[in-house]
Amino acid sequence: MNLTELFDVIVIGAGPAGLAAGIAAREQGCDRVLIIDRDIEAGGILQQCVHSGFGLETFKEDLPGPSYAQRFIDQAKAAGVNFLLDTMVLNVTRDFQVTVSGARIGLKVLNAKAVVLAMGCRERSRAQIRVPGTRPAGVYTAGTAQRWVNIDGLMPGKRFVILGSGDIGMIMARRLTLEGAEVARVVEIMPYLSGLSRNLVQCLQDYDIPLFLNHTVSRIYGNRRVEAVEVSAVDGQRNPLPGTAERIECDTLLLSVGLIPENELTRKAGVKMDQRIGGPVVDNTYSTSVPGLFVAGNVVHVYDLVDYVSQAGTKAGRSAADFVHGRWLGLQKTIPVQGGAEVRSVVPQLICPESLKTEEIVLQLRVSSPLERSVEIVVQAPDDTIIAKRRLPYARPGEMVSISIPSDAYNLAAKAERLIVSLV
Amino acid sequence: MIEEKKLICVTCPRGCQLTAEVEDGCVLDVSGCSCKRGKTYAEAELTDPRRMIASTVRISGGIHPMLPVTTSAPIPKGLILQLMAVLRTVDLQAPVRMNDVIVSNVLGTGIDVIASADMEKV
Ligand SMILES: Cc1cc2nc3c(=O)[nH]c(=O)nc-3n(C[C@H](O)[C@H](O)[C@H](O)COP(=O)(O)OP(=O)(O)OC[C@H]3O[C@@H](n4cnc5c(N)ncnc54)[C@H](O)[C@@H]3O)c2cc1C
Ligand code: SF4
Repeated sequence: MNLTELFDVIVIGAGPAGLAAGIAAREQGCDRVLIIDRDIEAGGILQQCVHSGFGLETFKEDLPGPSYAQRFIDQAKAAGVNFLLDTMVLNVTRDFQVTVSGARIGLKVLNAKAVVLAMGCRERSRAQIRVPGTRPAGVYTAGTAQRWVNIDGLMPGKRFVILGSGDIGMIMARRLTLEGAEVARVVEIMPYLSGLSRNLVQCLQDYDIPLFLNHTVSRIYGNRRVEAVEVSAVDGQRNPLPGTAERIECDTLLLSVGLIPENELTRKAGVKMDQRIGGPVVDNTYSTSVPGLFVAGNVVHVYDLVDYVSQAGTKAGRSAADFVHGRWLGLQKTIPVQGGAEVRSVVPQLICPESLKTEEIVLQLRVSSPLERSVEIVVQAPDDTIIAKRRLPYARPGEMVSISIPSDAYNLAAKAERLIVSLV
Repeated sequence: MIEEKKLICVTCPRGCQLTAEVEDGCVLDVSGCSCKRGKTYAEAELTDPRRMIASTVRISGGIHPMLPVTTSAPIPKGLILQLMAVLRTVDLQAPVRMNDVIVSNVLGTGIDVIASADMEKV
């Protein structure tokens, strides 16, 4: 592979989003496609997710994370995608110059005709949730612990408390228990579970790990190493209730308190951001506000199912190929999509109604609170014309929901100056 | 005597809360399911509960010291800790290919432990 020649498409990140984008760009006739990743192997976060639960949509099989990744890696290699691993991307410009640095290649500037950003997300850390107390060793994010245990074979502690009932935290509670550690409890500040209830059963109840809802870690004790944490009940405003504090001995506190899209490169490229989500504003071709800079996967918004990440990657890869071949539609008129009642966020934030001439447009949304009843997603124009609707048995903040705008809604959508999506 | 048991179905992300009526180890009726897979789950869960178990085993000569592995089918819940003890004794040499059998017929269950991914030799 000659790094000095012009690439058709450069993809940044070799997780499921980047792999799917690379494969799609090759399949759409781009000859020189390169995927760059800072890790020494492709696969992204999936390599550390050794548990099963991946691929039910894509492969109709319940696969472990590394198996899901392996299938896409094999496919990418077979399709002739090039890889540049163990290489960090430092900068991406609006005219597709990609600055990289790697132990083997040093500092280099690569050039492409289009770029797909697929850097994934990172975990919220202690600094972002502000737990009082000392700053001893032994406070880690659940994903960091997952990497140590599953990839490096290292145990971060013997007795754990986990803050946050997200899926990664619950999955780690089981994993650490299976490896012989003790998980004293999982503490969740909200009145409801933030992960899936199947993980409550398979990861906590199966191993008698107690879950405390409406509780938080109000203090950390220990000098060099965590010795204990203080757990308190919280009031309706999520403040610790006096007199409820309990000291729990442990040597490690894991945080599973949410993920944020990883968008340093995106911001530096001057792309318009959606402040609420922390990801770029995109249209239905997964284009950012900079033509030719596409995005896919957890950089856009945090997905709960990898299958949808791969679908987004495929779409972004196709759009990049369209851009390279001069047939990209995104330069046509776009209209904004706004979240209405019960909708916390919606992606894409812009749609190009012209796209409806060839395919449906799928909107992905997150609701703001659990709705344990039959609900309807409605997409409307400002004059209340209904563009699309879909009934769901329930909707929860932890599970992304989607609605598609069918091709035959073209005439209605093309007339609207914006669309509003809400749950009723 | 008929006993009522509460369960959460884990078959899909919806997680329905099920109530099963059980008499002498026999499941008479299941309510609360949103689809028919709920009943199948409750019957299995109350008579022969099983889980897929994924873990890691030691490997030398690869790009990482651990290889991800998984059971080829769900194993009885009561055998999970014994399975983990078996996995701790495994020590492999890279390379390994995805789906290679790492432990065959583990604990006499007829179920294999297989590699979840390739591990290249360095
Ligand atoms: C800890 C964790 C556990 C999860 N568990 C599940 C689960 O059980 N089931 C499920 O369906 N989904 C799960 N998910 C969600 C799902 O796996 C992710 O949504 C999916 O992997 C995201 O894919 P991605 O390609 O967007 O990002 P990633 O897989 O994170 O890939 C991003 C890649 O970009 C690379 N990168 C980032 N910045 C740079 C840079 N500057 N230069 C070079 N390379 C860079 C990273 O090294 C990484 O390889 C989990 C997510 C996390 C974080
Ligand atoms: S009963 Fe059906 S819908 Fe409900 S959790 Fe089980 S599989 Fe899902």
